[in-house]
Amino acid sequence: MTTTDYERNIVLSNVEYNVVGTRPVRPDGADKVTGRALYGADFDTSGLLHGKVLRSPHAHARIRSIDTSKAEALQGVLAVVTGKDMPHEADESDGTKYSRDNILASDKVLYKGHAVAAVAATNPHVAEEAIGLIEVDYEVLKPVLTAPEAMKDSAPILHEGLKTEELGEKTDKVSNIANHFQHVKGDIAKGFADADVVVEREYNTVTVHQGYIEPHGATALWNTDGRLHIWCSTQGAFTARDATAGILGVPVSQVRVTPMEIGGGFGGKIPVYVEPIAALLSKKSGHAVKVVMSRAEVFESTGPTSGSNIRIKVGAKNDGTITALQGYLAFEAGGYPGSPVNAGAICIFAAYDVDNVLIDGYDVVVNKPKSAPYRAPGAPNAAFACEQAIDELAGKLGMDPIDLRLKNAAVEGTRRPDGPAFPRIGCVEVLEAMKNHPHYSAPLGPNQGRGVAIGYWFNIGFQSSVNINVNSDGTISLIEGSTDIGGTRASISMQAAEVLGIPMEDVRPSVVDTDSIGFTAVTGGSRTTFATGWAAYEAAQDVARQMIERAATIWDVDKDGIELKNGVFQSKADPELKMTFKELSGQLLDTGGTVVGRASMNAGGLGAGGGSFAGNIVDVEVDPDTGKTLVTRMTAIQDAGKAIHPSYVEGQMQGGSVQGIGWALNEEYYMRDDGSMANTSLLDYRMPTSLDIPMIDTVIVEVASAEHPYGVRGVGEANIVPPTPAIANAVHSAIGIRMANLPINSVAIMEAKWKQQGN
Amino acid sequence: MPAKTYVRTIINGEHVDFLCEPRQSLLECLRDVIGLTGTKEGCNDGNCGACTVSMDGRIVTACLVLGVEAEGKEITTIEGIAKGSQLHPVQQAFLENAALQCGICTPGFIVSSVALLEKIPQPSEHQIRFWLANNLCRCTGYDKIVRAVQDAATKM
Ligand code: FES
Ligand code: FES
Repeated sequence: MTTTDYERNIVLSNVEYNVVGTRPVRPDGADKVTGRALYGADFDTSGLLHGKVLRSPHAHARIRSIDTSKAEALQGVLAVVTGKDMPHEADESDGTKYSRDNILASDKVLYKGHAVAAVAATNPHVAEEAIGLIEVDYEVLKPVLTAPEAMKDSAPILHEGLKTEELGEKTDKVSNIANHFQHVKGDIAKGFADADVVVEREYNTVTVHQGYIEPHGATALWNTDGRLHIWCSTQGAFTARDATAGILGVPVSQVRVTPMEIGGGFGGKIPVYVEPIAALLSKKSGHAVKVVMSRAEVFESTGPTSGSNIRIKVGAKNDGTITALQGYLAFEAGGYPGSPVNAGAICIFAAYDVDNVLIDGYDVVVNKPKSAPYRAPGAPNAAFACEQAIDELAGKLGMDPIDLRLKNAAVEGTRRPDGPAFPRIGCVEVLEAMKNHPHYSAPLGPNQGRGVAIGYWFNIGFQSSVNINVNSDGTISLIEGSTDIGGTRASISMQAAEVLGIPMEDVRPSVVDTDSIGFTAVTGGSRTTFATGWAAYEAAQDVARQMIERAATIWDVDKDGIELKNGVFQSKADPELKMTFKELSGQLLDTGGTVVGRASMNAGGLGAGGGSFAGNIVDVEVDPDTGKTLVTRMTAIQDAGKAIHPSYVEGQMQGGSVQGIGWALNEEYYMRDDGSMANTSLLDYRMPTSLDIPMIDTVIVEVASAEHPYGVRGVGEANIVPPTPAIANAVHSAIGIRMANLPINSVAIMEAKWKQQGN
Repeated sequence: MPAKTYVRTIINGEHVDFLCEPRQSLLECLRDVIGLTGTKEGCNDGNCGACTVSMDGRIVTACLVLGVEAEGKEITTIEGIAKGSQLHPVQQAFLENAALQCGICTPGFIVSSVALLEKIPQPSEHQIRFWLANNLCRCTGYDKIVRAVQDAATKM
C-alpha cells in the first residue's frame, strides 16, 4: 500500500486486527489533495454579504460612546452592529455577560483586538472602509499583562465586579484573581522533612498561539422563519451551536450549525468568535453574512494559550525516592476568567507516585485575548517547570534522569493529586521505551546536549453519536458529528469496518450538521478516535445484531445459532448456511428494509481511558557565539493504547512535537508596554518551518486502555507536553545553564551565558 | 467603487477572462471572482504559502500578486494539478504517506512540491526542506510531507 520506510517509526503492538492497525488512504483524501474540500472561508450562497469587525486599538479602556452613523451611510453597507445589539438581560449572569462581551464589548475593552463593532457590506473592501468610519470614544486605562503583575494589590482592575473565589468559597475581595484552588495529598511538611535533597525553582512561560493555518471564518443566515443557520470552521458543531444560542439568547433548537472542513484548531476553534457577529449582521441585514478573520485578528483576538508563572519544590531521599512535590501555578486567563490552570494542576505531577503533594492554582485575568484551549491546555506549561526540576534533582542525586522517573513512576492505582486513582496506564512502558531507544545512547557532537522529559494528558470521553446505514451493495454509510481535523473519518470508519469484517474502503463516512445526528461533543480532548470511534463500534455491533436477525429469517433458523466472523454470516450448526456481508446486504430491501445501526453514548468524563503519557528524547546544538539553538534529533514516544491508523498517530506525535519545538525555542507574543502585540504576522511570530527541524522519529507504545473495545487512548495532545522541558534539559546538558523562562531563544541564551560569566 | 479592469489569463490550461478591481489580489480573484477556492488564504501577506500557485512556471504567493498583474499570464492552481481523474504522483504520495492532517496547507504544498520536482527531480532531504520552507504546516511537523515528496520523486 505505501512505500514509506517506517524503520524510524516503530509500533510496539500486542494485538493485531484486520483493519485496525493498518494504514489505508483516508476517505476524504481525494477532496483534500485536489482543492475540492470546502473550508470555513470557502462557503458561498446567494446574496452573500461580507462582514468586518472593528477592534479596539487599546489593551484596556472604557467605551464612552460609539458613533456608527458615517459607516451606516456608506454606499454598500447593509448593517452595523455593536455590543448594544447583544441581548443583555437584566438578570444576566457574570459568565453570560463575559461570553457576550468577549464577542462584542459592551462597556469595556480588555485587550487590543477586542471586538467593538461590525459591518456587513456588499464586498469585503467596502466593509473594511466602513469600519474605518466608526468613531469610538475611549477612556484609556493602564493595562496589566502578566499574572504576577495582575495579582499585585496595586494592579489595574479589569472587572470591578470580579470577586475572588478562594478554595471553593466566594469572597468579597475584588481582584484580578478569579480563582485560587488547592489539591492536597498527604502531608507536604512531612514529605520535605523526610527529604535528603530539595530542588526549588521558579519558571515562566509566555503567551503563545495555536497557530492553525486557517483563520476563523463563519457564514450566518438568520432566516425570515426565525431559524439561524451557520456554516463555520469549528472543532464542534454542537458546541458552536450551543455557545452561539446562549450568546444570542435563543433556544438551541433555533440554531443549526453545518461544520465546514476545518483548517486546524488545536483547541483554538472550540470557542466561537465570528459566528454570533455574523448572525447579528444577518438578522439586521436580512442577508447571509460571511465573516473571515485576518491573520492579525487571529493573533490579537483568538487563542492564545496562557502565559504562566510556576514554582516547583521537590524533595527526595538519596536513593531517589521522591518524598514531596509542591507546585504553585499562576496562569493568565486573558481578559475573562477561565485559563487552563486546573488542567495544568491535574497534569503537573501526574507521572509520579508520590505520597505528599500540594498544588496551588491561580486563574488570573490580564489584558490579553481570552485564553483558549491549546493542545493539552496547561500541561506543557506545567511540564516545563516540573520536568526541569526533576532533571535537576537527577543531577543532584547523580542518577540517570529516566531511572529517577522510573523509580517514582505512576502506575495503576496511583492516586492523582486531584483525587482519582489511575486505571491501567502506560507511564512505565513509555519510560522504558525511551530508555531502550538507540537514540538515548547515541553519541553527541560538539556543542550538543541531550534532554528527556515525560508528560501526561488526561483525555476526555464525553458524548458521541454514530448512525450507520447498510447499502444494498455491501458498503455502509457512516454518519457522525465529529469534525475531522486530522484524519478521524479514517480512524472512526476503521473501527466500524473491523466489527463488520469489511474493508475500510467500504465505509462512506459523512460529518453532518447538528440537525442530522445526535449530540456529539467537540473534536478535542483527544476524544474523537476514542469516543466517536467507540460509538462507531457500537453502531456497527447494532448493525451486526440486526443483520444476524435478518439472516435468521432468511434461513429460518434461530438467530443465536448465527455468528458474524470476518465479514461472513455463518450458521454455527450448518456450515453450508453462510452469506457474506455483501450478499446479505443485497437482500435487505426485500426482507424488511435497510438496516440502520445507531449508537449514542457517553464515553466517560475527564480521564477517560486513563489518559496518555508521552516522552521525548531531544538533542540540541547551541551555537557558542550566537546562542542559536537547533534541534538536531528528536524522538517522540507515546502510549496510544491501540493505534487505529498508525500513520495518523505518528502524525499527531510529530505535529505536537514540532509545536513544542516552536514553543520552546521561539514563539511568543512579543508585547509592548501599552499591551499591543508587536509580532502579529506569521513572519514575525515565527512558527517552525520545514527547514528548522529534523525528521521526528516515533515510537508508538500500546498499553491497551481497559475501557475502549480496541484499547484506544486518545493521542492528540500528550505529545506537546514533554518537548519544552526536554529541550530545556537538552540546552542545560549542552551549555550547563538552566533556562527557567520560555522562549529559549538566542537572546535568552546569550544573556544567561553573559550573566554566568559575570558580564 | 473603483472601475474594474478586464484581465485575460490562462488558468489550468483554459482561457479565463475576468473583471477585477485594482485593489483585488490574484488570490481574491481566484477565490471570489472565478470561484476556484482550492487556493487557500492563511495570512494574506505572503508568509504562509497556503495560496501558492504557479504563474508562467514560477511559484508565487497569490496574495502578493494583484489580479491585474495576471494579465496575459498562464496560471496553475491546485485544481489544475491532476490530469483529469488521474492524480499527480505528488498528490498520490501525499495520500499514501498521510502527509496531511487538516489539509488547509495541502494545496500550497502540492503546488510547491510539483514545481520543485520539475526543477530538481531527485532532491535531497535538505533541498526539499529548503524549497518548502515557504509553506507553513502547523499539523504535521513536516516529517510526512518531506517523505511524501521523496516518495513522489521515485515515481516520476
Ligand atoms: S495567504 Fe498568501 S502566503 Fe499566506
Ligand atoms: S495539515 Fe494542517 S496545516 Fe498542514
